Amino acid sequence: MAETILEAVDLKKHFRSGGGLGRKASTVRAVDGVSLKVRQGETFAIVGESGCGKSTLARLLMRLLEPTEGDALFEGKSIAGLKGRELRELRREMQFVFQDPFSSLNPRMTVGKLIGEPLEVHAPSLSASDRRAKVAELLGRVGLRPEHADRYPHEFSGGQRQRIGIARALATGPRVLIGDEPVSALDVSVQAQVINRLHDLKDEFDLTLVIIAHDLAVIRHMSDRVAVMYLGQIVELGTADQVFETPRHPYTRALLSAVPEPVFGTARERIALNGETPSPANPPAGCRFHTRCPFARPDCATRVPELREIADGQSAACHYSEEITAEHGSGSHPEPPARTAGAERRFALYAQAIADRQA
Amino acid sequence: MAHVAEPAGAEALDAKSESRVWKKFRSHRSAMLGGVIVLFFVLLAILAPILPIPDPTATDWGAVRKAPSLAHPMGTDEIGRDVMSRLIWGARASLMAGVLSVAIALGIGVPLGIAAGYFGGWTDSVISRCTEALLAAPFLILAIALAAFLGPSLGNAMIAIGLSATPIFIRLTRGQVISVAAEDYVESANAIGLPTMKILSRYIFPNVLPPVLVQATLTVATAIIAEASLSFLGLGQQPPAPSWGSMLNTAKNFLNQAPWMALWPGIAIFLVVLGFNLLGDGLRDALDPRET
Repeated sequence: MAETILEAVDLKKHFRSGGGLGRKASTVRAVDGVSLKVRQGETFAIVGESGCGKSTLARLLMRLLEPTEGDALFEGKSIAGLKGRELRELRREMQFVFQDPFSSLNPRMTVGKLIGEPLEVHAPSLSASDRRAKVAELLGRVGLRPEHADRYPHEFSGGQRQRIGIARALATGPRVLIGDEPVSALDVSVQAQVINRLHDLKDEFDLTLVIIAHDLAVIRHMSDRVAVMYLGQIVELGTADQVFETPRHPYTRALLSAVPEPVFGTARERIALNGETPSPANPPAGCRFHTRCPFARPDCATRVPELREIADGQSAACHYSEEITAEHGSGSHPEPPARTAGAERRFALYAQAIADRQA
Repeated sequence: MAHVAEPAGAEALDAKSESRVWKKFRSHRSAMLGGVIVLFFVLLAILAPILPIPDPTATDWGAVRKAPSLAHPMGTDEIGRDVMSRLIWGARASLMAGVLSVAIALGIGVPLGIAAGYFGGWTDSVISRCTEALLAAPFLILAIALAAFLGPSLGNAMIAIGLSATPIFIRLTRGQVISVAAEDYVESANAIGLPTMKILSRYIFPNVLPPVLVQATLTVATAIIAEASLSFLGLGQQPPAPSWGSMLNTAKNFLNQAPWMALWPGIAIFLVVLGFNLLGDGLRDALDPRET
């Protein structure tokens, strides 16, 4: 088994909101006790619905946010107390790709300056012309042209901007790249381009990828292991095949059954969840999912389930995982080819785009 | 759309960014007009000593409150001084008062505003409470009090006006910084490990500048008028040296008998204020790469 490169140990991030004269402040438990290990060289995906704390978790792993409790370890070293030079070292090793390519690039800097900036911080000895050469090379790696360096971000499309963001993240030669929904703001046809580009770059640069997403088709296609989050906690963790084929947590089952099936006649039984997601400021007692779980039993409301290993390398936080599987089948997500039909179409579009460009 | 469309206007932007700003500024008609107006008055002020005009303080009892004529193209004032000459010499005091006091306000207000907005916490509390205390006093009252405290002279008047205008800039900058600091691109600067000073100078400052710049051009106008008020109270430009404000203030006593005494300095103030506003607008547009 590959070595662990990034580890979260009981990470918690609580935000205080409201409060003031006479009003009680409430504490939003955005991330509430997450432990996970990311292995060197793998693609680790974190999925969950909006508001489940996945973006906060990504920022905690990057130390863009200070954890309320717990710690994150990069190569076994705590990143909590890092300052100055040590923090800069960490920034060189770990980089971040943002969700929204329209707001994550400084509008007043040229693309060349944006991509050259990390080099300026982490390789100050590089001469201006060397830096320009490196920027041109990086632009090439993400499928842009060297002359794009003199333009401003607003002159590019969303997909191009996201690739600029990726080039900026890759400039320092990081070993871990964390993507906060790196493609969810893009058109479907462009998503595939960016995803494939990330996949290629992962091999070229020997990267470990941590991808936050909610597009399950994309995740299945590109990730090795998947963590499913619900209300600030991990409810299931396993390899992509395990999680998609034999989900062990009712929430994962519901999530997978919600994936639209574009081919007629392949529709499965849909597990509809009732009610709203509870507020992370006031999570339910016991199992957090019991208020919406179709398989909930009386003691789910009081007993807190621990994340426990159910199959080899797959764990879930559910008391009755085995019984549910026995009674209701595996809840598998049949997928004849490795990709869904939707993903297949996207990759066809991408192939078309490449062919057009070469023509 | 197999491949994404080429970005437009590429050829115009291949040049270096300084020349790009200048190019855009030049093609901005009203900005150029503003620039020409301001430049005209600046030149007048600089060239005052070598222009063939009478001494602005020389009195002539034979020509008191004379209407514009060949000898005195803008007329004379209540003790026979040439209005045109006083207007040209007065440009020095008024422009200096306008520009330098705003420079003082910018120089103190913008850094404090950035510190308050970016660092938050007790830094913000201390700066904001002081700002609010200063804002509680009306601008002009504050300027008068400060000028009286510092002693009557043009220099002290400029300092007083500058300090009185500072709280507005602190408040404006702070608010802008808070909204800009929440942008993803500032987080991205953090993510690459950019030192705080560079985040402030490259990410925060350029993005908060436009509204501050517009406020500054508006404040130049206010400052010129404030200097006039201070001069009127004997706290600004000391007589007999002229400034537009002091000319206006004496002229108001003779509006019926000698309207030209008020007309010319009034027009001059109007033009300079207009010029600065147009200039500020154009500068804001030229500095924004998204505007074409």
